[in-house]
Amino acid sequence: MRWFLEQPLTWLVATLLAYRLGCWVRDRTGHSLAQPVLVAVVVLGAALLALDVDVATYADGTMLLTFLLGPATVALAVPLHRQLGRLRGWVVPMTAGLLAGVLVSVGSAVLLVRALGGDDLLARTVAPKATTSPVAIALSGTIDGVPPLTAAIGIAAGILGAVAAPSVLTWLRVREHRARGLATGAVSHGIGTSRMLAEHPVEGAFSGLSMGLTAVLTSALLPGLVAVLT
Amino acid sequence: MPRTSAPSVVTGLTWLLGCQLVGEVVVHALDVPVPGPVVGLVVLLVVLLVRRLPADADTSVHRAADALLPHLQLLFVPAGVGLVAYGAVLRDDGLAILVALVGSWLLGLAVVGHVAQALTRRERR
Repeated sequence: MRWFLEQPLTWLVATLLAYRLGCWVRDRTGHSLAQPVLVAVVVLGAALLALDVDVATYADGTMLLTFLLGPATVALAVPLHRQLGRLRGWVVPMTAGLLAGVLVSVGSAVLLVRALGGDDLLARTVAPKATTSPVAIALSGTIDGVPPLTAAIGIAAGILGAVAAPSVLTWLRVREHRARGLATGAVSHGIGTSRMLAEHPVEGAFSGLSMGLTAVLTSALLPGLVAVLT
Repeated sequence: MPRTSAPSVVTGLTWLLGCQLVGEVVVHALDVPVPGPVVGLVVLLVVLLVRRLPADADTSVHRAADALLPHLQLLFVPAGVGLVAYGAVLRDDGLAILVALVGSWLLGLAVVGHVAQALTRRERR
């Protein structure tokens, strides 16, 4: 039994099955909480805890999927290329929106942590959470945060976007497809983008673009912002 | 077996990985804090533009992208499961982290969406 739980293929197959289950639940219920990523994470997380399997063992088994995130990120150029005509004449709204977004999202994260009694270390750890994981980890290290915790909080921000971004944007009366995609990519990176790709081709394309630009803007602005705020 | 010249997913995957490799090399050479795949995204976009492909082109790289991207959520499952390891840490500062996370997520979403949407309307007038 122990051998079965600790060999890599078990967890790769379990992950594929849990994702299938998530897709099935989504299609059956049509509920936005039932995002395949959330369903799979809950099921697999519970299984690891119940069976007392190390997260490192799980990570080893699913390395193939994690590796494919690289080419999948490159592939986001394809939906963007299909919608490139919609970028013409939209550079100013896009740049202004993203700049304001980086300032507000980093600033409010730091100030909220401080207001709730968190220390400087926690504030620096939360600050880069809106960027895609590899950037968040690198930036957290640069500003002396705790990189693995930053990564974990960033994943949570991404899942929040996959579950809630479309409904919250509708509630906020953001209806323009490009603006909806841009907003989601700016706060929920690739995981939010995965949801927007399923919602609308324009929203998916601009969410992917926004993820990339937010990574670049945050890398440029974060060290200065954090120095001022902490 | 007859040789086919149909666009294959393997050729497409080679393009994607090739662009990622170029991205990784650029990041390594310039020492910029941007992930290689994000630079690879820009490289692929430039390739598509230089080849003057129409927006509705159907090449091997389009096939590979359309095979991978609908299942993007699957690729994030391992990272999400990794959250289990931080249960204890998240419990200590749980409230501060939760409020800062949800609060700044909501503010960021609202600001980006509304600024971009408002400036779009102004341009149309």
